[in-house]
Amino acid sequence: MAIDRDAALALELDPLEVEVERGALRFFAQATGETRKEYVDVAAARTAGYRDLPVPPTYFFSLELQNPDPFGFLTAIGVDLRGVLHGEQTFEYLAPACAGDRLTLRPRIVDVVSKKGGAMELVTKETEVVDESGAVVARLGSVLVVRSLP
Amino acid sequence: MNAQSVIAPAPLVCEPISRTTLALFAGASGDHNPIHIDLDVARSAGLDDVFAQGMLSMAYLARCVTEAVPQHQLRTLTTRFVAITPLHARPTCTAHVRGVADDVATLDLAVTLDDGTLTLTGTATVALA
Repeated sequence: MAIDRDAALALELDPLEVEVERGALRFFAQATGETRKEYVDVAAARTAGYRDLPVPPTYFFSLELQNPDPFGFLTAIGVDLRGVLHGEQTFEYLAPACAGDRLTLRPRIVDVVSKKGGAMELVTKETEVVDESGAVVARLGSVLVVRSLP
Repeated sequence: MNAQSVIAPAPLVCEPISRTTLALFAGASGDHNPIHIDLDVARSAGLDDVFAQGMLSMAYLARCVTEAVPQHQLRTLTTRFVAITPLHARPTCTAHVRGVADDVATLDLAVTLDDGTLTLTGTATVALA
């Protein structure tokens, strides 16, 4: 089923407000084999120059998954989630983010490209992460591969 | 200055992926897709077993880079997911300096399994100044 590109690009996605939690960062460290003290111990993080436990590089993706319906934007454009694969992921870092920060994530669909005569479509979503002052701390880009199901 | 002398991330050899690894990462990362943690769901999708979340390997890659370069110097991190990581596979992350320009080093990244399968490719840029 072909995605309506114009409708996808025009889709308004709700921003998501999150608070970065120390306990959640420690759990993420444990689950990814991260044992360095600055990622689990607040005093060590401060010694390393951070305000609090730092958000590790890929954890912004997990913040985005705090959305109660993280893939609702795909079903909204008619995608069957069973045919979806994560093709690419990018992160751009502009300022450190730490536990205790209240961040707002602003996602939007920026591109839909058809491949292989429509058998596969690539949906690109970009998300801006801003802090309470409105400064952008990070940008995320996800390319999702949507395959036609039989 | 030789680019390789600027930063030289050591390969990061991870523990083999167990069902516990996948369950913990599902909870910690917020990726609750059952295809990674529920054998019944994996079988219903025609797979022999569950397989690892792609973002788990990307998190390992980030560790590989930040063990050589403090995280606050990291500017970008990009990966393509090129093959799935089966249960019990052991990922190894590698990073090589491709070049340095304007005090920013570009690193080529890869995750491979013991059988030679390339699962992730990517790049990182890090500020040197």
